[in-house]
Amino acid sequence: MKRTDFLFRLLCLLCATLAAVILGALLFQMTAASLDAWKRFGVAFLFSSQWDPVAEEYGALVPLTGTLLTTGIALLLAVPPAFAAANFLLDAPKGIASILGNAIDLLAAIPSVIYGMWGLFVLAPFLQQHIQPFLADTLGLGRLSLFGAEYNGFGLLTAGLILALMILPFLCATMRDVLQMTPPVLREAAYGMGCTKREVTRDVVIPYGFRGLLGSIFIGLGRALGETMAVLFVIGNMMELPKGLFGSTTTIAATLANNFAEADRLQRGALFALGLTLLALSLLIQATVQWLLRPTAGKA
Amino acid sequence: MKRKSLRKRKILDFLSRAFSFCAVLVAVAAMAGILWTVALHGWHALSLDFLLHRSAPFGSPGGIGNAILGTIAITLGASLVAIPLALLAGIYLSEYGHGRLALCLRFAANVLMGVPSVLVGLFIYTVVVVPAGHFSGMAGSLALAILMFPMILRTTEEILRMVPSSLREAALALGMSRQRAILGIVCRSAAPGLLTGILMAVARVSGETAPLLFTALFADSWLSGYFTQPTPSLPVLITEYTTNSPFPAMHAAGWGASLAVMALVLAINLSTRIFLRRKVR
Repeated sequence: MKRTDFLFRLLCLLCATLAAVILGALLFQMTAASLDAWKRFGVAFLFSSQWDPVAEEYGALVPLTGTLLTTGIALLLAVPPAFAAANFLLDAPKGIASILGNAIDLLAAIPSVIYGMWGLFVLAPFLQQHIQPFLADTLGLGRLSLFGAEYNGFGLLTAGLILALMILPFLCATMRDVLQMTPPVLREAAYGMGCTKREVTRDVVIPYGFRGLLGSIFIGLGRALGETMAVLFVIGNMMELPKGLFGSTTTIAATLANNFAEADRLQRGALFALGLTLLALSLLIQATVQWLLRPTAGKA
Repeated sequence: MKRKSLRKRKILDFLSRAFSFCAVLVAVAAMAGILWTVALHGWHALSLDFLLHRSAPFGSPGGIGNAILGTIAITLGASLVAIPLALLAGIYLSEYGHGRLALCLRFAANVLMGVPSVLVGLFIYTVVVVPAGHFSGMAGSLALAILMFPMILRTTEEILRMVPSSLREAALALGMSRQRAILGIVCRSAAPGLLTGILMAVARVSGETAPLLFTALFADSWLSGYFTQPTPSLPVLITEYTTNSPFPAMHAAGWGASLAVMALVLAINLSTRIFLRRKVR
């Protein structure tokens, strides 16, 4: 009996170590495969905007910028409504809250390739025909270099929008869970003092759940950063720095998906170097998340 | 403290409530819009022939039958690999994991959950596809298994932790071995929850595309070689038909495939929620 017990425990331990083993293997493999590129270009790889398969000159600046910008746009667009919606669900009547809450959980489950397809066939043409002409010509924003005068429906803004739509239900669901952890006594006390709902949210709920909220934003950030398919369809896939919000560019994940199949030696190394950069970014984010959520995780 | 007039506070409060409500409306409306377009476009493409025939190059009539089978095979393969390993790992973290090692492993699992799926595809490509010399459905399954593993691990741990320790103590007091107490009592009482976690992970993974692009690839054939040949799948079919093809007929087929994926994912998700949620509580 003791022996089976011991063996079972060992078996479980082995399976659990798999998590660390896989993570380590990922890191090791990405590093090993990109060694060529790092040796050739050094750290300058991160700051060069060249991507020239003929001259064998590669740099990560364009996809890196694209990744950071699309993610930034997505968060800017998604965080305020996600928080507002979560806050609404917190105090909504039970029936409505559970229906909407379930709907939002379901929407978080829709595969990203469907968002991408919807972006390609519905959102991009709509933006091109209605929104972008209005912004660029009618409002005259096209003269600002922030937007750029040329538009074709694809590019940074579209990708940011799709990403925002994708992470919104997810953000909303996690934020709702965080908000629900505020002890009702605290909120009731604030209401009892005559605070309005906005004041309760601002002065009680947000400070209490601040770390948790930040944590869920970071999880959303991680999702947007590594998202491939939704972005691939609408980013425009141009290896150039964007000429503004309407400009086409690319992201690390999209570059990998697009170029990996036909790449050979050094380009493959450069692609793996891009992959390693993305991996490092997401590890950093996840580590931050763990650090932010540490006390709340201990309680749960 | 500064004083604000009551009217100002009430107006501000009303505005922020209105914003909250609008945010919910916009979110739900946008999502409903996406579901609606997919359903509408997809419905036109769907027919029994479309579902039962294999895909074909442009010009000849084709369906998505092989991609449906492929998706099922790849997801099933991933589940077979990931579920037992993840369950055991979850058991370790919940039942035995108290020390520093467990803390590190938990951290690793959480981090692994956030690794972009496209990178997992690259990893399996170099570790499995290149040494084997061919793309295969199995490679795709392995990539998906890596994605599933931390998801199931985390839910398993969380759910097992909710089992009251009096159950464990009672089982041990009756003279059960630790292993029997865990498998026969703790896991058994948490079974609906464990199943929910597993099915949610299966649903999420079955729509993944990026890790399959360099592992399972795509083929117009039926499942001729899950272990040795490129294997079709619905998400990759959608990608192929929409990004690499200018033809409206292919786009229509892509919508049909999208509807099929969405129906698959939502069906797993919804049935899990409806049949299992009540038991979990």
